[in-house]
This record gives sequence, structure tokens and C-alpha cells, in this order.
Amino acid sequence: MAVETAPTTSKGQRTLKIHVTINGAPHDVDVEARTLLVHFLRENLGMTGTHIGCDTTNCGACTVLLNGRAVKSCTVFAVQADQGTVATVEGLEKDGKLHPIQEGFHQEHGLQCGFCTPGMMMTAVALLEKNKQPTELEIREAISGNLCRCTGYVNIVKSIDHAARVMRETAEGKA
Amino acid sequence: MIPASFEYAVARDVAHAIELLTSSGGEGKVLAGGQSLIPLMKFRLAQPAFLVDINRISGLAQIRENGDLRIGALVREADLDMNPIVRERYQILVDTTRVIADPLVRNMATVGGNLAHADPANDHPATMLALRASVVARGPTGERLIPIDEFFVDTFTTVLGPNEILTEIRIPKPPARSGGAYLKLERKVGDFAIAGVAVMLALDEKGKVGAVGIGVTNAGPTAIRARKAEEILRGQATDDKTIAAAAAAAAGESKPWSDLRGPAEYKLDVIRVLTQRAIRKAVARATGGK
Ligand SMILES: Cc1cc2nc3c(=O)[nH]c(=O)nc-3n(C[C@H](O)[C@H](O)[C@H](O)COP(=O)(O)OP(=O)(O)OC[C@H]3O[C@@H](n4cnc5c(N)ncnc54)[C@H](O)[C@@H]3O)c2cc1C
Ligand code: FES
Ligand code: FES
Repeated sequence: MAVETAPTTSKGQRTLKIHVTINGAPHDVDVEARTLLVHFLRENLGMTGTHIGCDTTNCGACTVLLNGRAVKSCTVFAVQADQGTVATVEGLEKDGKLHPIQEGFHQEHGLQCGFCTPGMMMTAVALLEKNKQPTELEIREAISGNLCRCTGYVNIVKSIDHAARVMRETAEGKA
Repeated sequence: MIPASFEYAVARDVAHAIELLTSSGGEGKVLAGGQSLIPLMKFRLAQPAFLVDINRISGLAQIRENGDLRIGALVREADLDMNPIVRERYQILVDTTRVIADPLVRNMATVGGNLAHADPANDHPATMLALRASVVARGPTGERLIPIDEFFVDTFTTVLGPNEILTEIRIPKPPARSGGAYLKLERKVGDFAIAGVAVMLALDEKGKVGAVGIGVTNAGPTAIRARKAEEILRGQATDDKTIAAAAAAAAGESKPWSDLRGPAEYKLDVIRVLTQRAIRKAVARATGGK
């Protein structure tokens, strides 16, 4: 990452300009250094798909992908995303077509109140990027930082498994 | 929760980070994975006036073997876990990193930050004590190598100066017939330890203990080394009686406190039991088992 372009506040100044690509779209914005990534997304950009559950780094409702990695956006400053990419739940659906992970949650009833769902899905997307055929244990481990108060997790695990299967079949179809 | 406002700078390299910290006159703080610092800032338990972001310094996130094992301060827990050298030869590090927080936190959290934060509840300190690691620190006057035994001063306090950067952790090459294990009891995934015990030991041809290190998590204001327990094991065969005596000694050296994770007496017993199990696991690994 080009460090020369990395942001630095000048003396006494607490706001800086960042360049960040969110769901493929470039943004050049001024942001206070103390702004958390989740507040930047929800309040500065109005992207409320990313939820705040606990605000204490425990629940994973705020999970987004920062440079491809699933992180808790309530525990990252927006300035840390400068020159980087962020993927949120809003970017999953493409041209009116649901992402396989969304299909999976739909098919397998992977949600009840839906509060944990955006974070669950982003964690699952990162998992399936690395591991095309996760075992049940691997899925459970991967989502162990995402809490759900409703489902008991069984259907969430099934939903992710469903998505993995669909993604493998699509990949084979293309090959 | 919103942290108090601060000035922010991205360090280009270690020298630049030191320069930035020095120019801040003691007001600056290093931002690594942020998984301890940012929560503290959100609660306003920490209100640094200036953050020096070291995440973009290249070369601090490498793991290499050079006789010893060298772990860059910025290596993320998730990367430590997946590293082939670590997986093959440093099982105790895999044990440790896998019980730290949860996979999302581990995608950001750094090994250097886990030590520099000096929380007695953090898991790497006990393991590094057992491994007899040292840390490399660089400051305005150059570099120094600090044995881990001298690194932790008190809760949240290390010997690092205000403008020193922890750059690397060095772990001595494991001798032949050696093995290690870290065992932690937690209330649920992602929680800090009720107690945790790290054991690293080497056996001679007759199966007697040679080099040995034992570290305990959440057993005082900093992670502790259970020296008496080590002394009991050294030179002895690892029979049930010796292991039981060492485990009792480790509990005797620990000073846990009563809190929502349980009363102190309970934790002492947890330390005793975990020490026994960790010794057995280390012995099993030293003799080719899991
Ligand atoms: C929900 C949750 C659960 C957790 N559970 C556990 C757990 O079970 N076990 C465990 O061990 N940890 C746990 N942690 C803590 C986590 O591992 C932290 O990431 C770690 O303690 C600090 O590492 P960091 O890279 O995030 O450091 P930061 O938060 O960036 O920094 C922590 C402190 O260290 C200093 N620092 C960091 N790097 C350096 C450096 N290279 N040189 C000098 N100073 C430096 C900073 O200035 C700061 O004071 C948990 C955290 C959360 C949020
Ligand atoms: S809101 Fe970020 S972890 Fe709960
Ligand atoms: S569906 Fe309600 S919290 Fe998960």
C-alpha cells in the first residue's frame, strides 16, 4: 500500500481526507480520525446495512470485509481503510440477483429477527472465499465471533453450507 | 461510543514511527491491531492525543526461521495460526492463538500488541514466558533485545519506553525431544481466560525433563512464570507424582483474584488441573504424539 499517500493530520488538526473503495465504488471523503468505520458507513454514507449490536467488539453484527478480511467495523477507524477496499452487505446483491449466501439464508431460514444477518453473511463470504467446502465444524468456528440471539445457529450453519454448495456447482458449471 | 478526538499519523517505517512518537512528547500511542486500544478509547479509559498507526510499515508482518523463530510484531493472530512453520514445529503457538478472542478479532489483533498491551488476561505472555522468548525493541537510541522475563512490569505496563516500538519476537529453536502446550479454560468462545497454563519442556534420552518453562495467565498483575513448578520437574521423570507436585507448586505460585469468572480458590484449582494436563500434553508431543 502506497504509504506516501497515507493520511496524516497536520498539527492540531483532527480531520483528514481518505480514498476508499466501498462495494466497488470509489469515495473521496473528509473524515475525523476518531470516526469508527461502522459510524462512517452508517452515518456519513447512510449505509445502514451494517449493524451495531454491542458496540464493545463482542457480537460481530458490524462485520465487514476490510481488504478482503472479515473485521468488526466498530473496532477499526475509518482512516485505516484509506486506499483500501470495504465490502458490506449492500454489495452482495448484483443486478437484482441475490448472492448465493443470501439465497442460502433465504432457503434454509437462516434468520429470524435478522439483526445478526449482515455480519453473519459477511463472515460467511470471507470463509467461502478461502474454503470452498467447509465442514460443519469449520463453519461453526468461522462464525464463532458472530452472535445470534434468535436462531440457535443450526439454520445459519445450513445456510452457509447451502451457499457453499451453490457456489461450487456454479464454479463447476463454468469450468 | 465515540473515542475522544486525536491527531493521527501513518508511520512509513519504524524510524518514522519513532520520530513521530518522539515529536509528540509522550502524548503519542502506537496503533497496531487496535483490538485492545480502540475498545479502551471507546470507553474513554484511554484518550491518547496522538495515534501513530504502524499497520502500514512493511516488513513487520513476517514469520521466519533463522535458527530461532522470528515473529514480526505486526503478524496477525490469524496469520500466525495459518503459518506452515508454526503449524509444523510450534504447536504451543497454535494452541495459544486459536483461543485468543474470536476469528474476527484475530484477523486484526497482532502478536506484538498482545505482548505490548501487558494485560495479565492476554494469552501470549504466558506462552512466551514458557518459551523463553525475547522481544526486539527499537527506539531513538537504537535496538535492544529484552528477555521476556524482564518485559512485563505491571498490568498494562512493560519496560518499553514511550517512543520505543516492539518490532519482533524471537523464540529459541526447540531442542530435540521437546514439546509444548497451552491450555485455557474460558466461559465461552472469545472470552478471556478463567486461567491458562503454558508448558514447554524437553526430555533427555531417559525421558527425564531437561529445559522446562511454565507460564500462567491471569495469575497476578502480569502473567507469571511458575519457577518452583519448573524446579520440581527439572531432572525428573514425568511420573504422576512429580507432575502432581509440579502442578500444586504452580497453583501455589499463582495469585488469581475473585471476579465474575469465579472465586480465587476455584481458579487456583483450575491452574493446578490445567498445569497437570499441559505437562502431560507437552510430554506427549515431545515423544511424537499430539
Ligand atoms: C472481544 C475481545 C476478546 C479478546 N479476547 C482475548 C483473549 O481471549 N486473549 C487475548 O490474549 N487477547 C484477547 N483480546 C485482545 C486482543 O488479542 C488484542 O488484539 C491484543 O491484546 C492487542 O493487540 P493489538 O494488535 O490489537 O494491539 P492494539 O490494541 O493496537 O494496542 C494495544 C497496546 O499495545 C501497544 N502496542 C501495540 N503494538 C505495539 C508495538 N509494536 N510496539 C509498541 N507498542 C505497541 C499500543 O500502543 C496499545 O497500548 C480480545 C479482544 C477483544 C476485543
Ligand atoms: S457492534 Fe461491533 S462487535 Fe458488536
Ligand atoms: S436472527 Fe436475530 S440475532 Fe440472529
